[in-house]
Amino acid sequence: MAKKISPMDVYKLLPRLNCGRCGISTCLGFAAKLVERAARLEECTPLFEEERYRDNLSQLREVLRPPVLEVAFGPPGREVRVGGKLVLHRHELRYMNPTVLAVDVWDDIEGDLESRVKLVDSLSYTYIGRELKLNALALRCRSGDPSRFQDLAEKVSKLTDLPIILCSLDPEALEAALLKVGDRRPLIYAATEDNWRDLSELAKMYGCPIVVSSPGNLSKLRGLVKVLNDEGVDRLVLDPGTYVGEGLAYTVNSFTLLRWLACRQGDRLSGYPLLAIPAVVWADEGFRGKPEEASWMEATVTAMMIARYADIAIIHGVEVWQLLPNLILRENLYTDPVKPVSVEPGLREFGSPDDRSPLLVTTNFALTYFTVSSDIESAKLNCYLLVVDTEGLSVESSVAGRKLTAEKIAEAMKEYRVAEKVSHRKVVIPGLAARLKGELEDLTGWEVLVGPRDSSDIPSFLAKYWRI
Amino acid sequence: MGTRRKDLGESFLEWLLKLLSESEEIEFEDFNLEASEFQLDVTGIASIVKPMLEAAKSMEARAIELIEELPKPEAMFTNRIAEVRIGATRSEGGSRGRVIVIGGEVTMPFYSFSALNPNPPVVSGDVFDWKLPLPKPLRDSFGDAMDDPAEWAKLYIDKFDADMVTVELTSTDPSIRDTPVREAVKVVENVLQAVDSPVMVGGSGDPVKDVELLTEVAAIFEGERLLLSSIPSPEDRFKPIAEAAKRYGHNVVAWASLDINLQRDLDRAILNVLPPERIVIDPTSAPLGYGIEYAFSVMERIRIAGLMGDRELALPMLSGTSNAWGAREAWLKTPELGPREVRGPLWEAITALTFLLAGCDLFIMMHPLAIKTVKQTISWLYGRWDTPAKAIPNWLEEM
Repeated sequence: MAKKISPMDVYKLLPRLNCGRCGISTCLGFAAKLVERAARLEECTPLFEEERYRDNLSQLREVLRPPVLEVAFGPPGREVRVGGKLVLHRHELRYMNPTVLAVDVWDDIEGDLESRVKLVDSLSYTYIGRELKLNALALRCRSGDPSRFQDLAEKVSKLTDLPIILCSLDPEALEAALLKVGDRRPLIYAATEDNWRDLSELAKMYGCPIVVSSPGNLSKLRGLVKVLNDEGVDRLVLDPGTYVGEGLAYTVNSFTLLRWLACRQGDRLSGYPLLAIPAVVWADEGFRGKPEEASWMEATVTAMMIARYADIAIIHGVEVWQLLPNLILRENLYTDPVKPVSVEPGLREFGSPDDRSPLLVTTNFALTYFTVSSDIESAKLNCYLLVVDTEGLSVESSVAGRKLTAEKIAEAMKEYRVAEKVSHRKVVIPGLAARLKGELEDLTGWEVLVGPRDSSDIPSFLAKYWRI
Repeated sequence: MGTRRKDLGESFLEWLLKLLSESEEIEFEDFNLEASEFQLDVTGIASIVKPMLEAAKSMEARAIELIEELPKPEAMFTNRIAEVRIGATRSEGGSRGRVIVIGGEVTMPFYSFSALNPNPPVVSGDVFDWKLPLPKPLRDSFGDAMDDPAEWAKLYIDKFDADMVTVELTSTDPSIRDTPVREAVKVVENVLQAVDSPVMVGGSGDPVKDVELLTEVAAIFEGERLLLSSIPSPEDRFKPIAEAAKRYGHNVVAWASLDINLQRDLDRAILNVLPPERIVIDPTSAPLGYGIEYAFSVMERIRIAGLMGDRELALPMLSGTSNAWGAREAWLKTPELGPREVRGPLWEAITALTFLLAGCDLFIMMHPLAIKTVKQTISWLYGRWDTPAKAIPNWLEEM
C-alpha cells in the first residue's frame, strides 16, 4: 500500500489564511480534502499567486505526489489528466483519471482527414446518463517528412481542439509540429535511447510532457526516466511496449510489474502513467488487409490494457462495435467502488400520464433506471415510474439483499403519493421481483402485476395486460 | 551522426582546442559523452585529433548506459489456491477421455514476474436442455444442434474447441417446463455419451427442485466427477447436494451473488462437508455494462484473500460468461452500433477477458468467436512472458 499522508503534514505547508477561496472555510479542512484526493492544489489560489509560497508549493507537490504521477496534456479548457493512480486494485480506493482513448491520424492520410477527426470528436454514446467519448488524437509522422507532419498538425488544430499526441521519433519532425501546436501542450511521443537529449530539450522548450519509449526493456526504460529526471524533465508517460499475439504475456506482465513497483514498492522510476498502443495490431503482418480481424483483435487488446493499468491507449480502428465495449468497460472499471451509481428516488412522469396511466416500479440503481426510462421513452409511453431507494442496487441484487422488499415499495407508494396520481389501484413490479407480489398485495390492497424481466418488453407487456 | 548541431558538440570542440593549446598530453577521466552527439571537423588537424578520438571512442563504452535495473518485486503471497479436478477417466472410475484441472494458483493472474501459476483457465460450452430464446448471432452459430443437447455439446467440443461442456437443465424449473428429473437425467446421459470431455451440470435455480435433481444426477453418474451447479446459500436444505457430491465423487459450485462475505459463509458451510479440492466458487459474473466492475472487484478480492491465506476463499472461480448476452448492447438490433454478429461475440469475449485478469479459472461461454479468442488469449498469456516474442511492428510508419 502507498504511504498514508497526514492532513497535518499538508496543513503546515498551506498558507493557513483560512481565506475560504477554495470553497472550504479552513485550511485544515482543505488539507483533509487534499489528502482524500477530493480537492486539487490548484483550488488554493494564494499558493499559486503569491511568490512567498513558492517553496511551500513545491514541497506540497512532493508530499501529495501519488505513487503514479498525474500528467496533463491538451489545450487549456480541454486538457486531459492521466495517471495520478493511488492504488493497484480499484477496491482499495478507486482508480483516478480514466484511460484516455486516443485515435491516430497520419500525415499522408489518403482520404478524408476531416471526417476522421470529426468522427473522433463527435462520437458519443449515452450510458446511464453519461456521455462516453473518445479523448484525444495521436498524430503520426508516417511520411518521415517534417514539413508534412507540420502540415498535419496545423490542419488538425484547425479542425478540433481535442488534445493531441505528436508521434514521431525524429526530433526535427516533432519540432516542426510543435512550432504550430506547441501552445496546445501536446503529449510528445517519444523519447528513446537515441533521441532523448533532443526530446528533453523540446519538452523543456515547449513545456510539454513526453512519452519515454523502450519496448521490451524495462531496465532501459527506467534508465531513460532517470536521465530525463536528471535533466529536470519529470512529466513523463511510459511506453514499455505493446506486444500482441504471442507477445501479450510480456505486455501484460510489464504493465503489471511497473504498476506494482510504483504502488507497492514506491519506485519513483516506475511511477508514471503507462501508454498502451493496441494500434500496433494494424501494423502486424498477420492482419494486413484484414480490417475486421484487426478491429476485433485491437478491441480485445484494448480491453485487457484498460483493465491492466493503461492510462492512455492509442487505437486505430474506429468501428463503433469495437469502440463501444471499451468505452463502457472504461466507464465501469473507473467508477468509485464504494458509491454505487444511483439516481434520486421518487415518482417520475413519462409523456403526459393521466389518472388511468400505468404505474411501474423500479430501483434507483442508475443502470436499471436509465435502461427502464430509455425503453419507456423510446416507446413513447405515458406512465408513472416509481423509483424506489434500493441504495443503488439493481433489481436482482436488491431483491436478494432485501433492499427491495414489499414494505419498501409500499412505503415509497405512500411517500410519493401515487394514490393521488392514479384512480386505478394497479401497480407493475419488475419481473425479477416477482416474489414480492403476494406480500405487496397484502400490504397495499392494490392489484400487483408482475412485469417483464427485461424492460425492453414493457411496451408489449402493457399493450397485452394493462386494462383499466 | 546526428543531423542537428548541438551545443554540446560546440563546447566540446572549444574545450578540446583549449586543451590542445595548453598541454601535450590529455587524460580523460570520469567524463560522459556520446560520440554521436558532436561533429568535429578534423581536416587539417587529423594527426593531433585522431588519437584523441580513439580515446573518446573507448570512453563510449563507459558512456551513459541508460540502464537502471528493476527493483526485485517483494514477496507477495503465501497461500495456494486449491486444485479441482473435473471429469474422471475409466481408470479413475468414470468414462471421460481426459481430466481438467483448474486452480492451484500461487500468485495473481499474469504476475509471472513473481511466480508461475500452474493450470491455464479453461472454457466450457454452454448447452441447454431446451430451445431457449437466444439472440440471432447465437442461434446462427448453433443451427439445428440446439434441438439436441448431445449434438450441441459435440459442436462445442469438435468445432468450437471448448475444453468441456456445461449442461444447463433449466427446463426442469417449475416456472419454465417443470421437466421431470428422470428426463433431465437422460439428457445428461446423452451428453456424456456424445463427448468424452469433462462435464458440468447446472440445475434449474429453483431451490426445491435442484435438491431433488442434483442429488439424483450425483447418484446416477457416480464416479464421473461432474461439476454440479449450484449451491446458492449456506442454508441446510442444500446440504443434501454437497453430501451427494461427497458420496458419489463429484464437485460442487458455491454460488453467491457478488458478496464476498456471503461467499465466505457459504464456502465455510460447504467445507464442513467437502474438501476444498471439490469446490469451485461462482461469485456471479455481472457482464460488461451491467455491473462488471462489481464482479471484477469481487473476484480480485476473493483471489487476493485466498492467496493471502483465507482458506474459505482459496478456491478456483468460474464465470457464467454467457450472461454477457443479457446485455442489451450485445444483442439489440441497432445498426448504428454496428453489426450485432460481431458486437455480440465481442461483448462476450471482453467480459471473459476482464474476468481472466481478475483470476477466473473457468468460463462458461457460447459464441464460437468469443470462445476462440479467449482460448487463444489464454495460450498467449501462459506463454513466454520475460522477453517479447518478436519485435514490435513499426506502427508509426507502416500502417
